Amino acid sequence: MCAMTAIAPTAPETPARRLPGDLAIWFFILAEMLAFAVFFSAYAFARATHVAEFNLYQQTLDRNLGALNTVLLITGSWFVVLAVQAAHRDDRPAIPRNILLGFLCGAGFLAVKVVEYAAKFGAGISMSTNTFYMFYISLTFFHFMHVILGMVILAILWVQARKGVYGSHDAHGLESGAAYWHMVDLLWIVLFPLVYVMR
Amino acid sequence: MNALKNPAHRAWLVLLVATAITWYLGEVGAAGTLSIVAMLLIAFVKGRLVILDFMELRNAPALWRALLEGWLILVSSLILLAYWISLK
Repeated sequence: MCAMTAIAPTAPETPARRLPGDLAIWFFILAEMLAFAVFFSAYAFARATHVAEFNLYQQTLDRNLGALNTVLLITGSWFVVLAVQAAHRDDRPAIPRNILLGFLCGAGFLAVKVVEYAAKFGAGISMSTNTFYMFYISLTFFHFMHVILGMVILAILWVQARKGVYGSHDAHGLESGAAYWHMVDLLWIVLFPLVYVMR
Repeated sequence: MNALKNPAHRAWLVLLVATAITWYLGEVGAAGTLSIVAMLLIAFVKGRLVILDFMELRNAPALWRALLEGWLILVSSLILLAYWISLK
């Protein structure tokens, strides 16, 4: 008995394997990721038959803005991880604060993208200009819509967090929304080199 | 340095550096097989960090971790295949 009590507190903790958030969100995330996998492959294989065109028009894209947007999404994701960590240690004020910072990074991404689109559309470029621009506009716009949905989710999480819904007792909703937000980041991490840089 | 004990902070720093490298490869006009492989490897490392340290799947059930990491391998392989075909 004595030995038992002496060992118990120092025994290494092996937390059970756990999927953050709700199972349903992960199925949704997987479905979204498969849709993007089809899109990414379609781009890459279309390029294989239009190499000269893709290499030429890729150079008209603003790599600096693309990289800046990568930094914004990475940082936005990081803030949302900090919000989840704050919930687990019951640091209540830090939860909505970090969600808000993540949301602002998303807003920054949208603003940069609007500047980029304005330059392209202003130059008379559209979906029908050529195959490269068709892919560039449809892929980035499809992703753009996902950033907006991610921000809507973050806005809901922020309201809930301010009400004190999340904490070490329950962070499932927060973790589910966070997972979706990280997916938006993950997709851009593939999209940016693929469309803006690889040649 | 204490801050680096948090895997999220470490992941964020690596992601920023990796993004800078991809941007730089674009600036110097890197092209061809070697640069494509390098950029895909960088994207793979970045994606994996997001999956393991941001989505926090490092200690998730093996199936879900495999599904997301598998997606990354699938997408990278398909892109590599398409670029390899384009070099033929």
